Amino acid sequence: MTLNELSIGQSARFHAHRLPAELGRRLAAFGLRPNSLIEVVNRGWLGGPMQLRIGSTEFMLRRAHCRHIEVQAA
Amino acid sequence: MSATIALVGMPNSGKSTLFNRLTGGNARVANWPGLTVELDAARVLLGAKLTRIVDLPGIYDLTGGAEDERITQSFLAENPLNAVLLVLNATQLDRQLALALQLKRLGAPLVVVLNMMDEARRLGISIDAEALARTLEAPVLPLSAKRGDGAENLKRILQEFAQGEAHAPLPMAETPPAAAVHEEERQLFERHVRRAPLLDAGLTQKLDRWILHPLIGLPIFLATMYLLFQFTYSLGTPLQDWLKDGCDWLKDGYLGPLLEPLPEFLKGLLSDGLFDGVTTVVTFTPIIFLFFCLMALIEDSGYFARAAFLMDGLMERLGLDGRGFVLLMMGFGCNVPALLGTRVIRDHKARLLTMLTIPFSLCNARLQIFLFLATALFSPSTAPLVLLSLYVISILLGMTTAFLLKGRLASSEPFALELPPYRLPLLRHVLRRGWGECKAFLRLASTMIVAGVAAVWLLTHYPEQQNSYAAMIADFLAPVLRPIGVDSMLSIALIFGFVAKEVVLGSLAVIVGHSGQELADTLAHTLDPVAAYSFMLFTLTYLPCVSAIATLKKESKSTAYTLFAVGWSLGMAWLLSFVFYQGARLLGF
Repeated sequence: MTLNELSIGQSARFHAHRLPAELGRRLAAFGLRPNSLIEVVNRGWLGGPMQLRIGSTEFMLRRAHCRHIEVQAA
Repeated sequence: MSATIALVGMPNSGKSTLFNRLTGGNARVANWPGLTVELDAARVLLGAKLTRIVDLPGIYDLTGGAEDERITQSFLAENPLNAVLLVLNATQLDRQLALALQLKRLGAPLVVVLNMMDEARRLGISIDAEALARTLEAPVLPLSAKRGDGAENLKRILQEFAQGEAHAPLPMAETPPAAAVHEEERQLFERHVRRAPLLDAGLTQKLDRWILHPLIGLPIFLATMYLLFQFTYSLGTPLQDWLKDGCDWLKDGYLGPLLEPLPEFLKGLLSDGLFDGVTTVVTFTPIIFLFFCLMALIEDSGYFARAAFLMDGLMERLGLDGRGFVLLMMGFGCNVPALLGTRVIRDHKARLLTMLTIPFSLCNARLQIFLFLATALFSPSTAPLVLLSLYVISILLGMTTAFLLKGRLASSEPFALELPPYRLPLLRHVLRRGWGECKAFLRLASTMIVAGVAAVWLLTHYPEQQNSYAAMIADFLAPVLRPIGVDSMLSIALIFGFVAKEVVLGSLAVIVGHSGQELADTLAHTLDPVAAYSFMLFTLTYLPCVSAIATLKKESKSTAYTLFAVGWSLGMAWLLSFVFYQGARLLGF
């Protein structure tokens, strides 16, 4: 299952991603580590970014990138 | 030999607030060996030792490849430091301790600050700073840069480091990748940080339910911006009027008599050239200052990121990101703070693209012109529509520019914007930051504006008032301006508009010989609605004012880019007016 398939309020555990190295590093700095719990707080309109929460950090990530993040049901 | 201390930390950790607290707001930008960018730095006395404190850009990962991260890596690799002051957000240690571990592995002379302790306490987070200090083998100080708690303690520790020897530059090539320290970070966090069981939704989440609502989020944003602007004008306009009256009083009461014995030319140049230039700068300073404060407020409160989230979907298709939309909106107040606000976009090319769109924003100064012309030349029911149409066109111009040029100025930034909790910035900080940026801007632009107004005076009074150089330029440009409905009287006013848009109306009054209602009537007789609208379209688009151009040049560090920006807007202006004017005439209007 990929991250963009989650609905608002759903959480899942991070498994793997196919993102460019730079973005991967940035997300790791936001707390995206193997098995971290990602919560979907909101989904932007117009196919916009998703609002995500990992631990103490909330951030937005574009839909296209969310499609490349594999998650497993929490 | 002075000491050097560098501040390192992630974005949204209050690093800049701490920097301002340590340096008393006296920072200037400075150049550093090995870097092509300037960094904020200040000299302070720690004990008896003169110390340079440098604020490095916020970074997420010491091994990252983003521009800010490379700047920090270069700085640490080239400069011997007495201390590396690492500022961590105490509420986010679960992911910030990695930075401390990376620096520790490099042998950096660390001083760790756990900032935002007030927020941590409110969230029920407790941290064993002493145990952390033992593990990291460095002082770990809880602090609230906003409140100042713990600042004295920090200064004492920094003093000790400053008086010691400087540490050699760090072996940056040996920095462990963040992933290599994540396990250690997790253990450190679990051992020394206690978090209260999760409380129910905080204020941030409650507010976000409305502010980021898919349907009402955008209307809330537009309404908020509108109200903030209105508030700014209601504060700024009386100040502007008061300053203008003061300047006029000085001119009539003191300058006039003082210059009386001088020859006509010198009298005019000093009084109507230079002094009017100074008056122009003085009278728009309150508005510029307030808009800088407004930018600081929107950024520091966390609202900026929310607005960016709302609009990112649309902006992405234009090669921009959501932040560009907020900055476009800010441009409606004044282009200059908005242009400077593009600093939050750290990727250089993305920043350049955003900066190209902002001058099309219908700023307050242009609004003054349009208000006057719309009420003078259109009926009370049509005038508001005319104004609304100009706003819409203004946004479309910015978006079209981005869409057409996004191929050449593509961003390579890993775009994932953090949404920090809402914070109420201290008024003191907002004002200080606004004033600091306003001062820096005035230092840059005031000379240009005074020189510009003086130059315009010379052009319109030489060789003689009836047949001045300005009139010659207007005649020279007539073949280009006639097809868009702009006659010579208006084109001279446009030349004034290059200096500052506020000056256009005043100059029209001088050219026509009347002001106020009489000017309105004269214009109503000489201009028909089509020519008037064409002129307004051209004024909206043709050029940013000299302050904005100066800002573009300074921020882009490229004359070629600045010339391109000017040429692009001139071209767009002419094309737009031409299509409208000729089209309208063809259709029989």
